[in-house]
Amino acid sequence: MKASLRRLGLALAAPVLALVVAFVVTSIVLLLAGDPVVAVWTQLLTAPRPRLIVGIINGASVYYLSAIAVAIGFRMNLFNIGVDGQYRIAAFAAAVFAGQGWLPGPLNIFVSLLIAVVVGALWAGIAGWLKFSRGVSEVISTIMLNAIATGLVSFMLFKVADSTTGSNVTNTKLLPPSSRVPGFALISGTPNKVYGFVLLAILVGVTYWVVLNKTRFGYDLRATGRSETAAVASGVNVKRMVLTAMLLSGAAAGLVGMPLLFGQDFSYGTTFQPGLGFAGIAIALLGRNHPVGIAFGALLWSYLEQQGNGLQITAGVSSELVFIIQGVIVLAVVIAYEVVRRAGLRMEQRNVARQLSSDQPGHHLPEGAPV
Amino acid sequence: MRRMRVAAAMSVAALALAGCGSSTESTPGAGGASSSAKALKIGMAYDVGGRGDQSFNDAAAAGLDKAKKDLGVETKEATAVNGEPESAREERLQQLIDAGYKDVVAVGFAYAPSVKKVAAANPDAKISLIDSTDATGPNIVNLTFAEQQGSFLVGAAAALKSKTANIGFIGGVNTDLIKKFEAGYTAGAKAVKPAIKIQVKYLTQPPDFSGFGDPAKGKTAAEGMYQQGADVIYAAAGGSGGGLFTAATAAKKMAIGVDSDQALTAPPAARPYVITSMLKKVDVATFDFIKSLTEGKFVAGTKIYDLKANGVGYSTTGGQMDDIKAKLDAYKQQIIDGKIVVPAKP
Repeated sequence: MKASLRRLGLALAAPVLALVVAFVVTSIVLLLAGDPVVAVWTQLLTAPRPRLIVGIINGASVYYLSAIAVAIGFRMNLFNIGVDGQYRIAAFAAAVFAGQGWLPGPLNIFVSLLIAVVVGALWAGIAGWLKFSRGVSEVISTIMLNAIATGLVSFMLFKVADSTTGSNVTNTKLLPPSSRVPGFALISGTPNKVYGFVLLAILVGVTYWVVLNKTRFGYDLRATGRSETAAVASGVNVKRMVLTAMLLSGAAAGLVGMPLLFGQDFSYGTTFQPGLGFAGIAIALLGRNHPVGIAFGALLWSYLEQQGNGLQITAGVSSELVFIIQGVIVLAVVIAYEVVRRAGLRMEQRNVARQLSSDQPGHHLPEGAPV
Repeated sequence: MRRMRVAAAMSVAALALAGCGSSTESTPGAGGASSSAKALKIGMAYDVGGRGDQSFNDAAAAGLDKAKKDLGVETKEATAVNGEPESAREERLQQLIDAGYKDVVAVGFAYAPSVKKVAAANPDAKISLIDSTDATGPNIVNLTFAEQQGSFLVGAAAALKSKTANIGFIGGVNTDLIKKFEAGYTAGAKAVKPAIKIQVKYLTQPPDFSGFGDPAKGKTAAEGMYQQGADVIYAAAGGSGGGLFTAATAAKKMAIGVDSDQALTAPPAARPYVITSMLKKVDVATFDFIKSLTEGKFVAGTKIYDLKANGVGYSTTGGQMDDIKAKLDAYKQQIIDGKIVVPAKP
């Protein structure tokens, strides 16, 4: 009981430490720049208004999906930088299909989701296959695939574009009203609604946890990520695992744009939110690849972004300040976990030593034993 | 012991912060506008890049500054962040209104969906949306420009000035908006010389909007075109246009600027090579909007700034247009009279 409490304390120590470091570093930056420190923190730390809470939850649901996609790769020691390209090409494909409205409402949504998953998986699968068959580093191939996805999507977007005259935004055909996912009026005091696809994010998080922790496949995946040689020794086909993990990561990436597509934009266009894949990498790091940790990471990310938006208006400081805070938090989290891990190790060693010496009073530790 | 030291350091830091805060807290009021309490309050929401981009956003900023000076309005500005979610744009407009700046200028077509929602939620607010007609309403005025008409004139100028019958066009980002520039430029050049060769290059594809702010990309593209025989290049690429001027200076070839009179803002060494600029008078549109508010003459709906309304045009700084000005003005008159219809799509 006491031990588990201590473990919990240690687990919480790292993120808290990271937040404190981020607070101090950002304050120093503000001081050096001669910006109003108090006004900035007042803006960032006052309780968000109902409208903002909706924005925070909505933003977090998208970040969450992206971070889970990245985390699937991370657990396998794969660095899927390509989530960014995968979600965009998948969202584009799903938007083109859904916009046609060939199928009735819910069925149209379901098949479009399926298309997004398959397209995301296939795009990631190219990198997976290159690694599987040729040993190409997935870091390089996914970066290149991001660039290719950008070019391909904008080329095809202009082919299928449904641009009304006078409009400067190029987008795919709008979804028929029956294929839009209605939001929930979760938060009172604002007409804005939470995306219906928040449920999708939760579902993906639960599936991630179950598959990773309760199935043979998940065990193999984690084992391969921890030690490839040990995995090979226990009969895991590592190459096959690489390909599968990449496909799964891409499949999850395919879902990233779905809350936006079905809950807000109703089409894929030149103003569809970019850069979600890169935010996902940072959030997966922040959440230590744990489904609950990632949820907190995604909420924090979105909170900072939404609260930071008003900085220019209330404090006269550029909203880009939030990037500094986010960057410092990620860096500090990585360092803090290492510091806390070492502290925990020392504590455990001391405990064991104390127990050994008190349990067997007659026996002393041999000289030079690690304490 | 160590923990104690950390705690001590933290509390010192906290004190330092608190001290600083109290000293700055008193300042904001001092710098604020001291004019009458009845002054109109205008909020300005810029697109990515914001004030200081030497192009589109700066043109809007110039209009705002003029309104501040001439009309005595109070202003508050906020800028979009690259890659932000749609809700952030909406929130920016709403927060400006909540802060008392209830009449807002939304700079750039990316604001269209947000303007639609915010205008409906705040019927008292009057909002102007630049470059888009995607959001309309009883309290929205859409300020759009006939970029293709202005581009037609500089296209004609390029064809008249070119000795190699080979000219270039650099677009910042491959969007419908920039294609209007390309379409007009091409049509203008072909009106002068039907067989002219026109090299076209877009720097980036959406959603990568870096092509509006990357001089290095602009320079590489321009160098390539000059090497391929072009002797006049027109860049509709925001901040990337600076790269064109660098390349033009090095190659001693001609360049055409965009949005504002760039022969005035380019580096001094490059100015002789900037023969003209296509003017898109966002500053005039912004100022007109604010003026209509101060005079209580706000009218919702679309307002097109074209050649006829003098909303677009070409600059004559440096005098390099003097010899062909008569020809250009003849084209201009034909466009105004509707004898030439400039296409908006290439």
